[in-house]
Amino acid sequence: MGKRKTPGINGSSSADIAFMLLIFFLITTSMDTDQGLARRLPPPVPKDQKKQDVDINKRNLLVVLINSQNQILCGDQFVDIKQLKDKVKEFIDNPYNDADKPEKVEEDVPFFGKVMTAKKHVISLQNDRGTEYQAYIKVQNELAKAYNELRDDVSRKKFGMPFAELDEEQQKAVQQIYPQKISEAEPKNYGGKK
Amino acid sequence: MGKFVKSEGHEVPELNTSSLPDLVFAFLFFIMMVTSMREVTLMVQFRAPQATELQKLEKKSLVTFIYVGKPNQEYQAKMGTEARLQLNDKFAEVSEIQDYIAQEKSSMKEEDQPFMTVSIKADSETKMGLITDVKQALREAYALKISYSARKAAE
Repeated sequence: MGKRKTPGINGSSSADIAFMLLIFFLITTSMDTDQGLARRLPPPVPKDQKKQDVDINKRNLLVVLINSQNQILCGDQFVDIKQLKDKVKEFIDNPYNDADKPEKVEEDVPFFGKVMTAKKHVISLQNDRGTEYQAYIKVQNELAKAYNELRDDVSRKKFGMPFAELDEEQQKAVQQIYPQKISEAEPKNYGGKK
Repeated sequence: MGKFVKSEGHEVPELNTSSLPDLVFAFLFFIMMVTSMREVTLMVQFRAPQATELQKLEKKSLVTFIYVGKPNQEYQAKMGTEARLQLNDKFAEVSEIQDYIAQEKSSMKEEDQPFMTVSIKADSETKMGLITDVKQALREAYALKISYSARKAAE
């Protein structure tokens, strides 16, 4: 009784099978990473708590309002979306220490030493229920751009490179000088009923 | 004098293809690693708004999606043309968000839960009223990290 030789399996088609699988995964895949504007919501107000008015000095507050016709009110005047960024930048930075722009606080920031920070300012973003989402995102985008440009300026001056290329510690320091303070207020109705 | 051998009967050696399956498999595994299959079929019309200051969403496993938009053509007879929410594979009301978030949260590892991000994928024509409701519901559900999904716009 000799050992019977098992015939070898023909493997020439395994390449084809692998290709089929490969093509299947290639078409079902979506490699695009999701992008978006990251924000943080304020924690919910406890129901039993009485509505508390947080006292914010008027000069520290910039109200950006979008009505149901997607028009933008910044402070107390109508602005175009293109002007908004410069307005906001001027408000946050307050380069000439105007009395009607946010006060600055002297703080000890790592890498920088004692500098004036725009810690006190608040941008209150309010919108109508009828505002279009695209208009809202556009405004959010302009606000983000204002912050990004201010931070970029500082980091270029100090470290000689844009904010995005700094390491974590340095980014934190720059963020301390220009903290992002956007308050997304509770909804109200502006500009006609909807 | 040198002699040029006329290569008669010299055949081109055949390419050895026995390693081809291995190559393809290696490639296949790579694709399988980086792939992320779309788990839900979109039931709403969704065109992301455009923006320029985008941040990438990291760690897919920490991200929960909420779709907002008009129902697709085939659902319009039943659901109307008003913008609706879609959670997972079905239409939902704003009041269902809390349960949905709680459920998603519990399916995550405990140490990951504080880093949970909710990506709001809303159609650019949606009215803010609905978005605001969603935001309020997310606040109530303590899902405070959100991301407004958007496309890169040409500057």
